[in-house]
Amino acid sequence: MDYAYFPGCSLESTGIEFHMSAKAVTKALGINLIEIPDWNCCGASSAHTRGHWISLALPARNMAIAEAAKLDVAIPCAACYARSKQVEVEVSQSAETRAKIEEIIGRPYKGESKARNLTDILYRDLGVDKIAAKVVRPLDGLNVLTYYGCLMTRPPELACDDVEDPVSLDEIMKALGANVLQWGFKTECCGGSLTACRPKVGLDMTQKILDAAIKAGADCIVTACPMCHSNLDMRQAQLAKHDHNYHMPVFFITEMIGLALGMKQKDLGVDRHFIATEEVMCKLEEYEQEQIQKMMNEGGEA
Amino acid sequence: MTLNERQQQNEALRSEFLRRSGVDVSKCYQCGKCSAGCPVGDHMDIPTNKIMRLVQMGLIDEAMQSSAIWLCASCVTCTTRCPKGVDVAHVMETLRQMAKDHNCVAEKNIDKFHTVWMNILHKMGRMYEPGLIVGRNMVTGNIFQDTSFGVPYLAHRKLKLMPYKSNNIDEIKRMIEKAEAMDREEGGAR
Ligand code: SF4
Ligand code: SF4
Repeated sequence: MDYAYFPGCSLESTGIEFHMSAKAVTKALGINLIEIPDWNCCGASSAHTRGHWISLALPARNMAIAEAAKLDVAIPCAACYARSKQVEVEVSQSAETRAKIEEIIGRPYKGESKARNLTDILYRDLGVDKIAAKVVRPLDGLNVLTYYGCLMTRPPELACDDVEDPVSLDEIMKALGANVLQWGFKTECCGGSLTACRPKVGLDMTQKILDAAIKAGADCIVTACPMCHSNLDMRQAQLAKHDHNYHMPVFFITEMIGLALGMKQKDLGVDRHFIATEEVMCKLEEYEQEQIQKMMNEGGEA
Repeated sequence: MTLNERQQQNEALRSEFLRRSGVDVSKCYQCGKCSAGCPVGDHMDIPTNKIMRLVQMGLIDEAMQSSAIWLCASCVTCTTRCPKGVDVAHVMETLRQMAKDHNCVAEKNIDKFHTVWMNILHKMGRMYEPGLIVGRNMVTGNIFQDTSFGVPYLAHRKLKLMPYKSNNIDEIKRMIEKAEAMDREEGGAR
């Protein structure tokens, strides 16, 4: 399975764990990611506030490079995915849009090369059975909440999962052995760039999600968006200054898969989180020990 | 400004809005669902459905001057749930773009954040977070805001220190300039 790979800017910095774990996990699962040479920023949170054509042109150049190589594009970041999907859809639906985009970027792009969300590729193209078959260290006993945020599921015409009740992260986590809890915040907005440019408003949004996660009794949250991860993981320190003390580890889906596949935390980037993940690791180990003990006891009785 | 003048000005804004957004706001029947599901609703000066009503009534200037359109996080929940199929998020977005072009931005800091982002993109073709943090703080005058996070980011080995230098920066610059020119042309304001 070959895909062009568009990591996007976040995965080179604040979301570097997603980059590391995505590469490690896809390799182990037989998915071949070929990074788009000299890709540019997709415009993410800003270009669309400026204008229609600038917001389409930026991702179009990357998509055009992939199309020349006749490859669909695997995109881990939810925001990059939505921006790239938008130009793919608009170009393939309107000859006029296509002509304008081709004129702006100075390359042909017909919309034949598809923007694909990496989680969706793992869930739909590869399938959870193939992932489950490679699990050597099941995440049994771990209570997780899946958090999709906005851009995997909205707007509906670009969504790669159900708009109100997405399941791809849930199904992958179940295949890894985890216990997936239910909550009403799967697709709630984390505040996006508001946490940086209007902290009061943004932090309020992040806080609501963390409160709900604590109430649900989760050991950790699992996401597939570097913006969501950054807000939920890093901003806990900022919230602590306002007397909200949280300790809620937040993982990328590919980190979770990597752990279940027996990979080292360091190789997945798990040691770079703001909120330490030791408790989650201890819980997994304790559970493993318990199971071994149980098996030995049962063996002794028989 | 006389009432007559304001009416004329709003007529012009109204046709500009229609041309730029392509959204038929007359379909909205004011059920309020867009406001009910909006994650930023608590903080908005004018709730989303009232923005829709202002636009319906042709009071584009009032809608454009609200801070609500800038607090909108572009989460698209409103569009997804509107029972009349109105692209509410696109209305918010068009109003933001128009507010910028007509020089009536209510949330200057949010606007500046986007300006810094676009400037970095112009120069480098990719985001450069240290530049974003420092640049944003400089234009907002809030020099120390979030630099407290630059340091932990470094400690967690999350910031790339050197900006990426594209081999095709001229191509990327040309593309950005062309797209922006096209947006200006179609905006027809500025
Ligand atoms: S949800 Fe749609 S119909 Fe209801 S108030 Fe909002 S825009 Fe109008
Ligand atoms: S897109 Fe904006 S207005 Fe619509 S629900 Fe989200 S934050 Fe509210």
